[in-house]
Parts: sequence; structure tokens; C-alpha cells
Amino acid sequence: MNRREFFHLLSAAGAAGMALPLDSSRAEQAADALYDAPGFGNVSLLHITDCHAQLRPIHYREPSVNIGVGGMAGRPPHLVGEAFLQQFGIAPKTRLAHAFTYLDFERYAPLYGKVGGFSHLATLVKRLRATRPGALLLDGGDTWQGSGAALWTKGQDMVDAAKLLGVDIMTLHWECTYGQERVKEVAEKDFAGAIDIVAQNIKTADFGDPVFKPYVIRAVNGIKVAVIGQAFPYTPIANPRYMVADWTFGIQEDAMQQSVDAARAEGAQVVVVLSHNGMDVDLKMASRVRGIDAILGGHTHDGIPVPSLVENAGGRTLVTNAGSNGKFLGVLDFDVKAGKVSDYRYRLLPVFANLLAPDLEMDALITKTRAPFESKLNEKLAVSEGLLYRRGNFNGSFDQLILDALIAEKDAEIALSPGFRWGTTLLPGDSITMENVLDQTAITYPSATLTNMTGAQIKTVLEDVCDNLFNPDPYYQQGGDMVRVGGMTFSCDPTAAMGARIADMAINGKPIDATKTYKVAGWAAVSEAARDAGGEPIWELVARHLRAKKTVAPPTLNLPRLKNVEGNPGLAT
Amino acid sequence: MMLASQDRRGFLRHTGLFGLAISALTFLPRMAHAAWNKPAFDAKTMADAYKAMGVENPTASADVTLVASDIAENGAVVPVQAISKIPNTTQISFLVEKNPNMLAAAFDIGPDMLADVTTRIKMGQTSNVIALVKADGKYFTAAKEIKVTLGGCGG
Repeated sequence: MNRREFFHLLSAAGAAGMALPLDSSRAEQAADALYDAPGFGNVSLLHITDCHAQLRPIHYREPSVNIGVGGMAGRPPHLVGEAFLQQFGIAPKTRLAHAFTYLDFERYAPLYGKVGGFSHLATLVKRLRATRPGALLLDGGDTWQGSGAALWTKGQDMVDAAKLLGVDIMTLHWECTYGQERVKEVAEKDFAGAIDIVAQNIKTADFGDPVFKPYVIRAVNGIKVAVIGQAFPYTPIANPRYMVADWTFGIQEDAMQQSVDAARAEGAQVVVVLSHNGMDVDLKMASRVRGIDAILGGHTHDGIPVPSLVENAGGRTLVTNAGSNGKFLGVLDFDVKAGKVSDYRYRLLPVFANLLAPDLEMDALITKTRAPFESKLNEKLAVSEGLLYRRGNFNGSFDQLILDALIAEKDAEIALSPGFRWGTTLLPGDSITMENVLDQTAITYPSATLTNMTGAQIKTVLEDVCDNLFNPDPYYQQGGDMVRVGGMTFSCDPTAAMGARIADMAINGKPIDATKTYKVAGWAAVSEAARDAGGEPIWELVARHLRAKKTVAPPTLNLPRLKNVEGNPGLAT
Repeated sequence: MMLASQDRRGFLRHTGLFGLAISALTFLPRMAHAAWNKPAFDAKTMADAYKAMGVENPTASADVTLVASDIAENGAVVPVQAISKIPNTTQISFLVEKNPNMLAAAFDIGPDMLADVTTRIKMGQTSNVIALVKADGKYFTAAKEIKVTLGGCGG
């Protein structure tokens, strides 16, 4: 037996339940190997994004299906599993392989433990700040939404945690689903003198006046650094428009160029964009806007360890994406010489909770903010026999559970569930608590609905969402995944044109009739009519379903039959 | 919105911005009515709309810019802007290929006016939108696809 086989055996033993606790010296060694990131240059930026209000450590399975089409095929972020490891030179079966891919998730998750959590993240931030004086901490948004406690406090738990963590600058997406007044209230009161919200692409709908600062300039070690904000461009489309009725968003490339030029004219030697565009949109924007040193991206939840270098008319722009759910901390170090960036280093550090002692002050804050909700959150609804996860282009086992619950509880023929990319992962044998259900469903427009739809209408919905995912031009994408479908089979050709991707729709082998009416259950409708109609929140419906079941067998995923994507490295084989 | 005439152009040439506002208020209803190209606004195909407007052989031009979002935030009111750098631009129109009536708006541009107009149009579905510029009796275009989606499901 050689050394490699020995370690392989060790990890297998760990997965099989033969506990291999990390004693303190081993943990320290592993932590040092990961986190001893020597400082570099003279300007450092720390970047978190899309934590979705996960204050405590969680599991999060990266996708096994993340298909890129057109010019995006086979290029980061559209690589999964072995192809991902190969692209970035990560050794299989390692801690890093577990952090960045879905591979053997059930086996390695118990071994390497949970990820994220603001107490552990706070420790890591402090550790990095010690070697990077003056470093700025940037938050790409989707911070105030994604948990029961965040929903019930209108994001206040996250607002307080972000301040304690020492966030300097943030931009927005899901924050807006608490309504524009709430966002302004936090910006003007809680964040005053602490955190700047930047968003060059949010303007008033009437006269196009800026709602937030387009950018801020901070001096880091005497060097002027501009951080331009790019909020999620399609917030009023992907989420309820009535929540941001007086604001308009959009990509606004020309306005971005003007912000870059204005920041440079003010003397900024480093210009970065804190973006919630999604990675494909960032890559396109980087190829068309001049003068940006780096785009620190989020939204699409892609944990990408190496930046993409994009050429444009003004030079080169780095594009990064820092994953989700508090799982990663991005560290970008610039060496600025003679007034411009001359070199850089980038790391995307996974936040392994068992390698980082909790920060006591942060831990106390989280304990305090959760206290009023603990008993409700901790209710054990059922036990899951299988792995429950969400992320993936077409379906996840937790979504299948939601679809099954919708069909059963609403007596529907078909169920539709939104393709959100947030939502944590549960391991086989875990209890499903109310908190876990809320981690998949906690939104401000949660009503479960039952609607009569014709076959033609159902196809229109599927085609519409599919184009938001697979339009070959990233500027026409919205960054979510495909709507999850229960009760009905179909096929999907991601490479086909808009309106021609979905076919073979059938229930129990019987083709869907375009003119016939079907009972369709769903949730998260964005219209004002849906808001006014009201209805039971989806988490109550799912909880009721789970309480009655007590034990949940591994859900059988309803997946479309895919066409023309054989061999795509964004598709696990 | 078709408000220019030879008389008014002469008038505008001798007035400033305030004068323009006054004149528009005074003359807009009568002028607009007089110049309304009903067959063009009623046309149900691009060919008919072009025919009613007297458009022949429109050519795509880099000197025409159409500014609009890639995805409409609200199909009922989609902001669009068209800018023409072509000398002697006398008219800028917006056409939506997949609307029941293609011609959404037409602006006559006087000699002292900036050829830069903004309006809001209604769109029933994802479609190409065309900014059509008339200059020296010739027609030039810029086109952009604006997506109208059902919404939801993002992020």
C-alpha cells in the first residue's frame, strides 16, 4: 500500500462512520495550509457574496449540471465535477475538491464538515486583515435574504452581522424584495457611517436620478481605490416589480463606462466593480467596458478559484465569482506601482467551519438574534433518507420534495417551483427542520397557488424561463436556473432558439394538449394580483406535508430529456 | 407627435428653449392632428407601415443609436431612446416588429433640434425594435431585440 492509497483508505473510513476527529494539531496544520495566504502588493480586497443570510455553518452541494451554450460552452463557470477539477488543477478527493465540486458529496461532507457561518468567516476575515492592512471588505449582495430569521427581521439580523463583520461597501439584489423603503431605511440609518451601498444602475423610474452612489473612492495605504456598484440588473423582472416600483435597473453599459471614467478622473488608481450581474454577464461586460481592473462578481453562485482574464479595448479585466451561502471568501491582492495595477494575486478560500475557531463576539450576536426564533426553527418535521440539495440547472432533490408536496397538498396535476440557486444541503439521515425548509423558501412573496393553465400556457412559461437561462447572449439571461417541473415530463434542447427548446411534454406518457386545461400548483408568483390574492406560505404547506410523512425517501428527480448537449463539460456524466 | 411645419421651424429658429416650450403648448394639438399619418400607424405589417411612410430601402447605420434595456422591466412602458448623427435628420420613428401595429411613435425633427428623442412604447412580446431615421429623403435604421418576459424565477 502506497501513501496515496493509505490516505484514500483513511478518507473512506471517515465516510463510513469510523470517526476521524480532527485533533487540534491536525486541524491547525490543515488550516495553515489553506489559510496561510501571505500578503501581496499594497491594495487588498476581501469579497463575500450571496451568503443568503446563512449565519451558521451549513452544507452546500455545488452543481452537477451547469451547462454553458454558445460562446459560454465549456468555459468557466460552465464546468462541473471532474472537468472543473481538471480546469483548475485541483487534486480529486481533497478538501478543495469537496469545496468546489459535487463529487462524492455524501461521502466527503461528513469528513470535511460544514462550511461558512459568520462566526467562522469573521475569524478568517480577521486573520487575513492581519497580513493585509487597510484591506476593504466588499459584499456583493443577496445578504439579507435566505433564512427564516432574516425574513422575520426584514434582514435586520444580517444588517447587524454585516456591520460587525466589518463590511465596507455592498451592492444589492434580494435586499430589494423587502421593498425600496426598507432598503433606504437601512442605507440611511443602520449603515450611516459604516457601510456604503453602491449601485450605478439603480435610478429613479421618473427622471433617471441616481438612488445610490454609483461608486465610492477609498484610500487604501494611500492609494485611491474606486468601487463601483452594479446591482442585479433584472431585479424588477425576476422579483416583484411592486417592491421597487419607483426604481429602474438594467445593465447600463454606457453609464458603467461613465462611472469608470469619472472615478479615474477623480484620481482612482484601482477601479473595481462590485457586481451582482452573474458571471456570464460580467464576462461580456468586461469585454466591452474599458478601464476596470477587476469585476468581483456574484449572483450565479459560481465558486471559481481562478479569475478569468478578459481582453478589451482598454487592456485587461479580471472577472471573479465568489460562490454562495458563506462558503467562500475571495481575496484579491493588487500591487499598484506608478499609479496603476502592475500585478495581482487571487484566492478563493473555502470557509471550513472546523478549521476556524468561531469569533466569540459574532457568535454572541448570532445567538442573540436567533433566540426569539429558535424553538420555531428547530422543529423537526421529518427525517430525510437521501441527500437533499437544490443547485443545478434543471432540478434538485429538495426542489423535487417541494414539487411532490405541492402536487399532494394542492391535488394538482403539475407543479412548478422557481429555479432559485440559494438553499442549503442536508445529508442522508439528517432531520429536516423548519429552518431547513425556510432556507429553501423564505421570500416575501411566498404564497402557494393553484392555477388552471392550458398546455400552450405551460409551454410558454417553460420556454420563457429556459431562455432566461440559455439565451446565447448573456445580457438576455437572468441568472436563475430552470423552473422545476413536477408531474410532467418534457425534453429540452438548450442550444435551440428561443421558443423552440421545450418539446415532448407529457403526463404519464400522454402528450400534453395545447388547448386542454391542467391544474398547476406553484409558488413565488411576482405579480401584484398574486400578492393581493394571498394564500398559504409555501413553507407551511411543505412543513405540513413533511410532518405527515415523518420519513422522506430519496426523491426521484423529474429531469427533462436533454438534447444536443452530449459531452458538454457543464453536464456530469 | 408630428409637430413640425415650415412655419414653426422659422418660429423656433428665433426663440430659445422657453420659446420652444411655449410654441409646443400652443401649436401641438392642431399640428399633430394635421400631420397624423393614419395609414402608417394603422399598418399591420412592416411592409405596409414602410409603404405608408414612403420608406424605401432603409439601410442599417452606425450613426443611428437605439438605447433601450435588453429585457423590459415592464412591457407596458418600455423606455426607448434614438439618437441620429446623420446630417439633416428630419424624422425619427420607432417600430416594433411583433406589435399588432408596428409603428409606435414618429417624431419630426426641426433644423435646430437635436436629433435625440426618448419615449415609452408598449410591447406585447419579445421583438426587434427599430429606430428609423429619415435624412435628406433617405432612410437609416438601428435595431435591437428587447425581451419581454413573464418574470419570476431569477436568482
